Parts: sequence; structure tokens; C-alpha cells
Amino acid sequence: MTRFVLGRIGFYTLIAVLLAFFTIPLLWLVTAPFTSDPTYEVTVPDFTLDNFRAVAEHPYALPSLYNSLVLSVGTAVLVVILAALAAYALSRVRLPGRDALLYALLLLSSIITGTAAMVPLFQLAVELNLIDSQLGLILILTGGLLPAAIFMLKDFMDSTPKSYEESARVFGATPLQIVRHVVVPLVRPGLATIAVWAVANVWGNFLMPYLLLSDVEKQPAAVITYTLYTEGGQANLSMLSTFGLLYSIPVVLMYLFVSKKYGFRFHGGIKR
Amino acid sequence: MAAIELRGLTKVYPGGVKALDSLDLTVPDGEFFALLGPSGCGKTTLLRTIAGLETATGGAVVIGDRDVTGVQPGGRDIAMVFQDYALFPHMDVTDNIAYPLRIKKVAKAARRDKAAEVAARLGLEHLMDRRPGQLSGGQQQRVALARVMATQAQAFLFDEPLSNLDARLRLEARTFLKKLQRELGVTTVFVTHDQAEALAMADRMAVMEAGHIRQIGTPAEVFQRPANTFVAGFIGSTPMNLLDGTVRGDTLDVAGFEVSVPVSAEGRLSDGEKIVYGVRPEYLAYSAEPAKGALSGRVVIVENLGASHLVTLDANDVTVQAVVPEGSEPAIGDTGHAVPRRDRALVYRDGELV
Repeated sequence: MTRFVLGRIGFYTLIAVLLAFFTIPLLWLVTAPFTSDPTYEVTVPDFTLDNFRAVAEHPYALPSLYNSLVLSVGTAVLVVILAALAAYALSRVRLPGRDALLYALLLLSSIITGTAAMVPLFQLAVELNLIDSQLGLILILTGGLLPAAIFMLKDFMDSTPKSYEESARVFGATPLQIVRHVVVPLVRPGLATIAVWAVANVWGNFLMPYLLLSDVEKQPAAVITYTLYTEGGQANLSMLSTFGLLYSIPVVLMYLFVSKKYGFRFHGGIKR
Repeated sequence: MAAIELRGLTKVYPGGVKALDSLDLTVPDGEFFALLGPSGCGKTTLLRTIAGLETATGGAVVIGDRDVTGVQPGGRDIAMVFQDYALFPHMDVTDNIAYPLRIKKVAKAARRDKAAEVAARLGLEHLMDRRPGQLSGGQQQRVALARVMATQAQAFLFDEPLSNLDARLRLEARTFLKKLQRELGVTTVFVTHDQAEALAMADRMAVMEAGHIRQIGTPAEVFQRPANTFVAGFIGSTPMNLLDGTVRGDTLDVAGFEVSVPVSAEGRLSDGEKIVYGVRPEYLAYSAEPAKGALSGRVVIVENLGASHLVTLDANDVTVQAVVPEGSEPAIGDTGHAVPRRDRALVYRDGELV
């Protein structure tokens, strides 16, 4: 009995430590922006808004959030459209070597990550005159996310029964009508997943914009965070925490919105 | 309304599997036609080839007077109900029924009117705003039928229309479907693996095996005179007795019993010939008393069929089954005698009906 109680106590202590490990940084992120002179400690804030005023007055902070939005939404739109078309074709048309192609794409894109592809990508961007351009960056980010997106969406499309499309086909629908009327509504939760995943990926990407954008006015929030130092070269904790909070809120809101809107699947229509 | 004609239709799948082997078939205008066969016999492939969802490797599909072999499914003026119904789960019943009209660019108001009209006919009017997921199996089936009716196509194709319903509902749906087809008068081809379904609903039927049509005829013809031992074994809720035998002068020797030659085979057999003697359990007169021309043996099993019993006899190590009316069923271990009806028994030579 005592052994059981001790075991339970040990177990819950371990859980509590683990929980604290993940919770304390989040608590700091929520409290520090409202504290006048934040340190690395989690303290009860004095609810000042000075830090927010400072961020608002920073010449690049708020515009950089807008830049992040442009980059991530632009990339997500491109990724969803291209991946949906490619995944649909790959799921429905039988090509010799299709699976090998898909796995090779996925493997290469996960092995050759940002760091390894840094130099060739930079050179490519210079040659194509896409350096220091948000469009160029969006194209490169899209290219990086597409293989995994196609792979995930193809899985989604494979699990959608073919008879929906065949039924529409017999009624005379053209391939594009089938995609618009039947396929897209059916895989909408999958498209939403890919879009969220793409936005979150670009939102948090530091290396690519840091590499390919030199104009500070075009830099996204991830890169601007890196520049928030005091005159003394110390990390500016009040600016960092406040900006960090503003930086994370949109992503959290997006997750909540999408999971509320698309966090369900249609059922029925196909009798199993 | 149009007839469907298949000429030398062949379908070979990549990899060399021959699903359809040079089929010829004509379904006249307005007929309710069943394609029956065990799974893998090519009946669904045949239906899908008529629909245009599979391309024929050879031969022609003619609907009405138009050769549609190379025409896309949408241009064939046919409508199809899929085995899983394939109702669009993101559309309500109205939009589902009206979908074919939406493709034909019919105005929205006209579409809704037509959908309501068809739905009312099938008793769906109170379900128009529901999604397919909120409907029962029987309701889903009727929505699928309504959608097909809204197309006003020349011919309907049903792929196993009843297989997804509960056993009880299936009987109701069978009657309902037959009545509906009769009222609409649209040429309809349906696929089934259930011989009882085909016999009950079809005006005519084709029995298929391994890409070939083994017999075409009315349900009565196919049931009473199966053209070969395959059809004989496949049709009938209690399988036909197919017994090896030999012709001995004016009689047959079946499992050591002397049996008279059936009416249909009279004068067509030669002495000493090896044959297969076929008689349905329903056409055997069972009695406990010995009788002339009977197949006799010990009762091994008695199965209750409700209003009758299926009695299995061990007749000289050959299994013979007979249907016995209720009340006169024997006990296991009794000796029984079953006399075949001469006008219903059949003789097969090399698997084909004599």
C-alpha cells in the first residue's frame, strides 16, 4: 500500500516537473510584456502597456508582422492550389513509377533542408533576379513545402471514394467541374490542414528570409526578432517578450478558427 | 427511352485479365434486365463499360441508334446508381437530386422544382434539407434513385442497388424498384449477385461466368431450363441436384437407381452415354414408401425452410436433396424415396442441356 502511494506520488511529481518545464516559458511570454522591467523570471506583472508602446514606435516591428502575413498567406495559397492539383492527379491517374517518384520527392525534400540548400538557392535567386524580392522568397518557400504537402494531400485524396467522381462524370460533369463541385468540398478539411501547416511553417521560418531579403523593410517578424537588442548589445527583454507575444497570437488564433470551422469531417453519402 | 445493344464487347485489363470476352447482348427498349453472376464474373465491368467508366478493348456499345463506344460517360444519355449510392455528402437532398440538372445548366428555380417533384414521387419531400449522413440506408437509396430520375436519361444502370440494405428492407425495396421501373418504362440494366433478386425483379436476365454470358432468358426460362450445369447450380435458392448417370436403353442409371428419361430429353439420348441428371429439390416427390423410379436413401439432414423442409438423402453415397411440405417431414435416419417429376427433370451432356 505505501509502495503504491509512494509510486503515485513519484509519478505525479514527474508529471508536475514536466508540465512546469513546458508551462513556465509560456507563462513568461504572457506576463513579461506587461511588466515594466522584465527579467528571465516569471513575476506577477504590474500591467503596464509601455512595452507595447515601445514596439509600436519601433520602425520595423509592426510592418514586419505584415510582411510575415504576406509571405505566409502567399505561400499557403500557392502551396494549397498546386498541391491539390498535383495530389488529385497523382491519386487518380495510374502512372508507372508514381509511388517511387513521390517517395523520392519526399526523401529529397527532407534530406536537403534549408541549410544544405542555402548556397545553391541563394545563387539561383541571384541568377533569376529574385533576390531581395518577397515574390522570389514566396516561390522558394513554396517549392520547399510542396513535396510534403503533395504527399499529405494525396493520402487524403486516396481515402476519398472514387464513386463520387464517377457519379458526377456519368451526369456529364467536366473534370474541372468535378474538382470544383465534388473533390474540393470533400477534401476541404485536408486543404485547411495544409494551409495552416504552410502558414505556420513560413511564419516561423527564419533562415530563408534572413538569407534572401536584405532590405530590412521587407523582413518578416522572425528576422526582426533577431534584431531586438538594447544599445548595450544585451537582449531587450521587454521588446522581445512583447513582440514575441504579438508574433504568436495570429498563429494561435488561426489554429482556433480553422479547427472550429474545419475540425470535422462530412459523413454519409457513401454507404459502407 | 432506348434499347441497349452490345456487339462483340471485349474488355481486357492491363495485365491481361480478360473481364469480358466478346459479348453480344440486346436489351430492348423499356426492359428491366438483370446481369447475374458470382463475384469476379465481369458483370460490374460490363455495366461500367456500358456507362463508359471503362473503355471497351473491342466491340461496340449502341444506345438507341447511336454507337457510343468512344463517347464519354456524360455524353451517353444514361444515368447510374452506384452500389454505395455516391450521394455528395456536402450537399443536401435537394442539391443532390438537382445535381444532374446543374450540370445541364438548368436555372436554379427550375432545378429546385424538378427535384421537389421527383422527391415527392418517392416520398422524400420531408427530407429535402437533410444531408446524406442524416438519412437511413433506405432513404439514401431513394435519393440516389430520385437523382437518376431527375436526369430523364435514355437508360438507367444500377450496380447492386439492394446489396447495402438490411435483409427485411431489401424485399420491400425489391417490390418498390420493380414497380417504379414499370411506371417509368425506362430501359434499366442492373447488376446483382443474388439469384433471387434477379428472378424476382427482372423481365429478362443474363447469367455470367468468367467474362462470358452463359444464358439469357426470362426468369422462368432460366429457372426451369438452365442451359448448362453452371446456371443450373447457380440459380435457385436450394441448389439443383446434379447427379452423374449413364443411359441404359430406355431408362437412366443414376447412382445405381433406375430413373425414367425426362420428357425434354426423350429420343435424344443414345445407349451407354454418360450424362448429368439434374432435378430441383422442389421437383422431387418424397415419400416414405418405396416407389418406382425413385432415388432412395437414408435421411441425413432435415433443414427447416419455413413452409417446407429440405431433406438430404444419402442415396448410395450420392447426396440428393428434396423439398418436403411441412407436416410430412421425416426424422433423421429414416429411409426415404424421392421420385423426380419427368416433366421438370433435365439431362446435361458435356455440361450443356440436352
